[in-house]
Parts: sequence; structure tokens; C-alpha cells
Amino acid sequence: MTETLDTPLDHAPEAGAGLQRRTVTLRIRRFNPEAGDTEPSWHDYPVEVLPTDRILDALNKIKWEQDGTLTYRRSCAHGICGSDAMRINGRNRLACKTLIKDLNMDAAITVEAIKGLPLEKDLIVDMEPFFQAYRDINPFLITESHEPTRERLQSQHDRDRFDDTTKCILCAACTTACPVFWTDGQYFGPAAIVGAHRFIFDSRDEGASQRLDILNDREGVWRCRTTFNCTEACPRGIQITQAIQEVKRALISRRV
Amino acid sequence: MSQTEATEIGAPRSPRTFGSSGRSNFELYSWLFMRVSGLVLVFLVLGHLFIMNILDGGVQRINFAFVAGRWSSPFWQVWDLVMLWLAQLHGGNGLRVIINDYAERDTTRLWLKAALYASMVLILVTGTLVIFTFDPNIG
Ligand code: SF4
Ligand code: FES
Repeated sequence: MTETLDTPLDHAPEAGAGLQRRTVTLRIRRFNPEAGDTEPSWHDYPVEVLPTDRILDALNKIKWEQDGTLTYRRSCAHGICGSDAMRINGRNRLACKTLIKDLNMDAAITVEAIKGLPLEKDLIVDMEPFFQAYRDINPFLITESHEPTRERLQSQHDRDRFDDTTKCILCAACTTACPVFWTDGQYFGPAAIVGAHRFIFDSRDEGASQRLDILNDREGVWRCRTTFNCTEACPRGIQITQAIQEVKRALISRRV
Repeated sequence: MSQTEATEIGAPRSPRTFGSSGRSNFELYSWLFMRVSGLVLVFLVLGHLFIMNILDGGVQRINFAFVAGRWSSPFWQVWDLVMLWLAQLHGGNGLRVIINDYAERDTTRLWLKAALYASMVLILVTGTLVIFTFDPNIG
């Protein structure tokens, strides 16, 4: 595994000083209840990387070469599956989209699990409350009128209305960056509102008022304090705060 | 709503409940009220500060007679009354929201809110009473 990953890098043409191998320190917040840990604790791992490697590569190197018990989620390694959101140097990011050279390589790079969801082990949290909030907004097409014989047509203009919120990969970086969610896990959280926005403003969907009712809840959009943490955290660059404000506006005018 | 009620949330946080308490527009109106009252208050409070502190003589000229003179006009009575209620409700609602955000335990939240509402009622009642029953002759 390491061989195949390293081979092309070793033969990569040296493109100036930027591509020198060097040692960086990853300071990882470890927690293993099975080994009797009651509190998470920080551990330093020196690891040799190329500056153009990603945090995920460094984590893999640690897991494969230093400590096989290190636990984290990852799947696609290309910013699509949304499984490896973590708090890197205090900010929520995808480990597979964060280049080491973009962080301060001279200091220890802190890596910890996302906050606000129950910690299970090392970098893994229980995502179930997060997904439940998403399910609660009915993230599927709802129609009442007759089904067309062929596909449901939509103009480019109508599609553009909600294009931004279709990009969500449910990584939870936004919801677990939200200070309201940290203190009140009942809040739907930005990701669920993004998911609702994607259908509320879809011209083919007829469940808008139902979803608006759900988000009008005490724990719905009105809990948003426009902190913008979600927008800053989103690895897909979704304008989340704006989407939330659009839902608020739709609730006031009851028009979408 | 039936779909949402059928599903259950996992352990760590208590399950989300819809229906029973959820069906109200209270948070919507509270959010709208904050925007509207905020705008009105900018005008009322800045006007008040300007008249009281800057306009001819500023704060030095304020005495019993000055206040009595102002409150003999219904215009200033209404101004002060509106300012009192809007400021109290705006600030109180803001604190309510902050308590909701930061008080994690239910009992803490309950007591903080009880204290908040009690102080709001106290100030609103005494303030309104003074504006309406002010007697310029007691001086
Ligand atoms: S909105 Fe962005 S940050 Fe939030 S879950 Fe979706 S992709 Fe992740
Ligand atoms: S591993 Fe799939 S998004 Fe990072």
C-alpha cells in the first residue's frame, strides 16, 4: 500500500525547493474507550511528507507505519464522499482536501474530531444525530399533482435557483462548526437547512410548505445567528448562511 | 409530519419532538420584531440622547422642572413610552435568545428566564406607571 502510494512521488521531478521531503508533526487528539481512556488526550506524531501531500496522506502514513490503532473515516480521498471532515488547526476541513503546505509546517498541526457530536474513537464521531436532522427535513422529491408521462422538465433559470445547495456532500463540517449547535444539539444545523433549501426552491417539488413548517420549529432556522462559521467551513464552498437567510425570507413571505 | 414522527433519533441527545410544541410562529415573529424594533430604536434612542445630552445646554439643564415640562406634552409621553416598551422587549428578547443558546441545563435556563421575565415586568410596570401618573406638583 505504502509502496504504490510512494512510488510516483519518489520519482516526481523536483520542482524547486517546494517539493523537498520534510518532517512535520501531527498533534492528534486520541481517544480509545476500549483501551480504558476516559478523556481524550493529545499525541505527537512526526511524519515525513512532501509539502504537497494532504493531511489524509499523513494520517495514512501514521496508521500504516507508526500506529495501526489510529482510527478515522475516509473513503474516496477526493472530496466527494464527505467522510473525513475533521478539525485541523482549529478549523473544520476535509483531510483529503487540505494540503500540508497550506498549513504552518514549522509548528505542530493539530488534528481532532469535529465538535458537537458524540466522540466514539479518535477522529470518529457518531454521525447519527446529524443524519437524523437531515432525514427530518424530508430530503426527497415530494409531488402531489399528476405525474408527467416523461421527465419533469425544468428551465435552466429554475435550476440555477438552488444549484448551490445541490453540492452538499453531508460531511458535517458546517453543522459541527456552528456555535449554536455546540450548545444545543437539537438545532437542525446548517447542513439540514441546506438540504431543505435544495428542495424548497426546486420548481419540480411541491413539499415546500411542509419543509418550511418543519424549519419554523423552535430549533429551526430562527436559531441561526448568522455567525458564518458554516459558510467558512464548507469544503464545497456553498453559501450556507445565504441559503439559511433565503429560507427565513421564504418563511416570512410564504413564497418561494 | 408523520414521516418525521415515525423515525427516532439515536442515543446521545434527547429525541426531537414535533407537533406538540412546535406548531407556532412565535420564533418567526420574535425574529421579525427584533429587526423592526431595532430600526425604530435607532431613531428613538439617538433622538433621545441628542435632546438630553447635546441640545442647548445638554445634560446640565436637566432638572425636575425640565422633566415635568417635557412630560406635560403627550408627544414626549408617547415617545418615552414607546422607547421604554421597545427597548425592554428588544433587550429582553435578546437575553432570552442568549439564555437559550448558552444555558445547557434545563433548570439553569428556567431560573435565568424567570429572573429575566420578572425584571422585565417590573421595569415595564414601574416605567409605564411613572409616565402616566407623573404629578408635576409634588416638587
Ligand atoms: S453544506 Fe458544506 S459543510 Fe455542510 S455538510 Fe454540506 S458539504 Fe459539508
Ligand atoms: S475521503 Fe471522501 S471526502 Fe475526504
